[in-house]
Amino acid sequence: MNNLLTIAMPKGRIFTEAAELLRKAGFPLPPEFDDSRKLIIDVPEAQFRFILAKPMDVATYVEHGVADLGIAGKDVMLEEERDVYELLDLKISACYLAVAGLPNTKMNEVAPKVATKYPHVAAAYFRQQGEQVEIIKLNGSIELAPLIGLADRIVDIVSTGRTLVENGLVEYEVIEHITSRLIVNRVSYRVKDERITEIVEKLSEVIKQKGELA
Amino acid sequence: MSPLYMFEKPLGMRDTLPELYEIKRNVRASVENEMRSWGYQFIATPALEYDETVGAASAIMEQQLFKLLDQQGRTLVLRPDMTAPIARVAASKLLKRNIPIRLAYSENVYRAQQREGGRPAEFEQIGVECIGDSTISADGEGIALMISALKAAGLQEFQLSVGHIGFVRKLFQQIVGTDERVEALTRFLYEKNYVGFKMHVENLSLSSIDKQRLLRFLHLKGQDETIPAAFDILENGQGAEEVEELRQLWDIIADYGYEDIVKFDLTQVSHMSYYTGIVYEAYAEKVGFPIGNGGRYDGLLGKFGKNTGATGFAIRFDRLLEALEETKAAEPLYAIFFSAERRKEAFQLAGEQRASGKKVVLQDISGVHDLDANTKQYEDIVYLLGKSGKESMQ
Repeated sequence: MNNLLTIAMPKGRIFTEAAELLRKAGFPLPPEFDDSRKLIIDVPEAQFRFILAKPMDVATYVEHGVADLGIAGKDVMLEEERDVYELLDLKISACYLAVAGLPNTKMNEVAPKVATKYPHVAAAYFRQQGEQVEIIKLNGSIELAPLIGLADRIVDIVSTGRTLVENGLVEYEVIEHITSRLIVNRVSYRVKDERITEIVEKLSEVIKQKGELA
Repeated sequence: MSPLYMFEKPLGMRDTLPELYEIKRNVRASVENEMRSWGYQFIATPALEYDETVGAASAIMEQQLFKLLDQQGRTLVLRPDMTAPIARVAASKLLKRNIPIRLAYSENVYRAQQREGGRPAEFEQIGVECIGDSTISADGEGIALMISALKAAGLQEFQLSVGHIGFVRKLFQQIVGTDERVEALTRFLYEKNYVGFKMHVENLSLSSIDKQRLLRFLHLKGQDETIPAAFDILENGQGAEEVEELRQLWDIIADYGYEDIVKFDLTQVSHMSYYTGIVYEAYAEKVGFPIGNGGRYDGLLGKFGKNTGATGFAIRFDRLLEALEETKAAEPLYAIFFSAERRKEAFQLAGEQRASGKKVVLQDISGVHDLDANTKQYEDIVYLLGKSGKESMQ
């Protein structure tokens, strides 16, 4: 049977921490990994293939089975609701999803508007709060929206809170704490279970050690 | 909405072109023959059913149903699965005496989807239902037949994963008590969210022993060694009956000689809410989604007025085709190009060749404008042209 494992790695913010974690767990990541512009990096001697994807797309690759494993933020899992196994909390890239806006403001009574990169999460959250809001999907620089009057509130990822402060915004509510997760395709989870179990065990060990040090 | 282009089809609908059609036909025949040889009888049911009856009984989510109204204003659904329609037929027509019946089908089912490509909204399922037999042997037969049907289709490498929904319910019930709390725990399994399951267990007000049992439950996977491990986490014998069923099932699978293909995963639950007992799914390496699933649904027949047990499975035909290594090339096509003078001779020759099993196209030569392009699609061509009595071959 084909023993190659394809792992979808998120580019950007999570990447460095994820790569470090994999190295600690004994994965043979090549040195050029970190600053390569290649999208596919093969490590044939260890039978790994890494693909570099937009963080929001990692779960999609894994769900369709073109990647066996992936590292995805919980924010992606909540937004995308992909049918994949969420096996391990890697406890890296901690941040949280929050509602923010200009200080001392209330949402518009008639048609409250919320700008976000996470339309699904935002709609579900406000519905739970008993409020029907109008969602405006943006792809980045979400903080702009309340500043120039596009929306009353934003729903976005907050890690240090500096972007909010520098733009004169305040946090109103925390929706959910986020860390990165190890996710696995439904079929790979069965068909390649031995290798995957081994990986999960190695990663768990590293996560445990880090937890004890902290 | 932008106006439609003439080539567009509704979202998720696909055409089947000749080449694929041939492949489908061959694979379908192999699978159907295997099911027939096990004594399963094929039946067909209508594509449209009432929403109130079959629509409500099927376990497919509301937003995935295609609905329309009939002349009287009743809501109809395009059948989203075959199990509920077959339960309807079996309960109302076929289950006359108290004997097990074995039925099979290969039909299209319809599930609307709004999400993205790669998910057909109309797809063929080939499956069987064994109704009126509550023995473990019937469960074992389902699993064994699924395996031998997939083998008959030519699939080399695949695996089945077996769980038991009754076991999960009994175990959770005994540990957390209320239905509501059982439901909350089970939802994490549906969502395959083990991280969430563990966090949820940590926050439950349970003894550390019970928490440990729930965490150990997540590891109940593997072959026959899973059985003693499952017995081990039980208390007060709650769930022992179900584990005993799994033990018997393993013996049955071993007697079929399929231990290498089957593994237990007792954390496996199904999104089909009518399942009550042993459930299973099949996986092939090259396809990212399960290629088939099945299980015991002892409550469903009751909804149609007959209280009896049943079990069955369905193979996702489109995914099976995707998983097949190489599919048999289409049979060669032959042609006879004729002119009016020798038409009768051509018809006669075609008749003989067709009777011998060849596929023969009759083509009037005056309809051929580009001879080179036209000849390429045929294995061999016989020309019966002009007045001479001789046939020429190319």
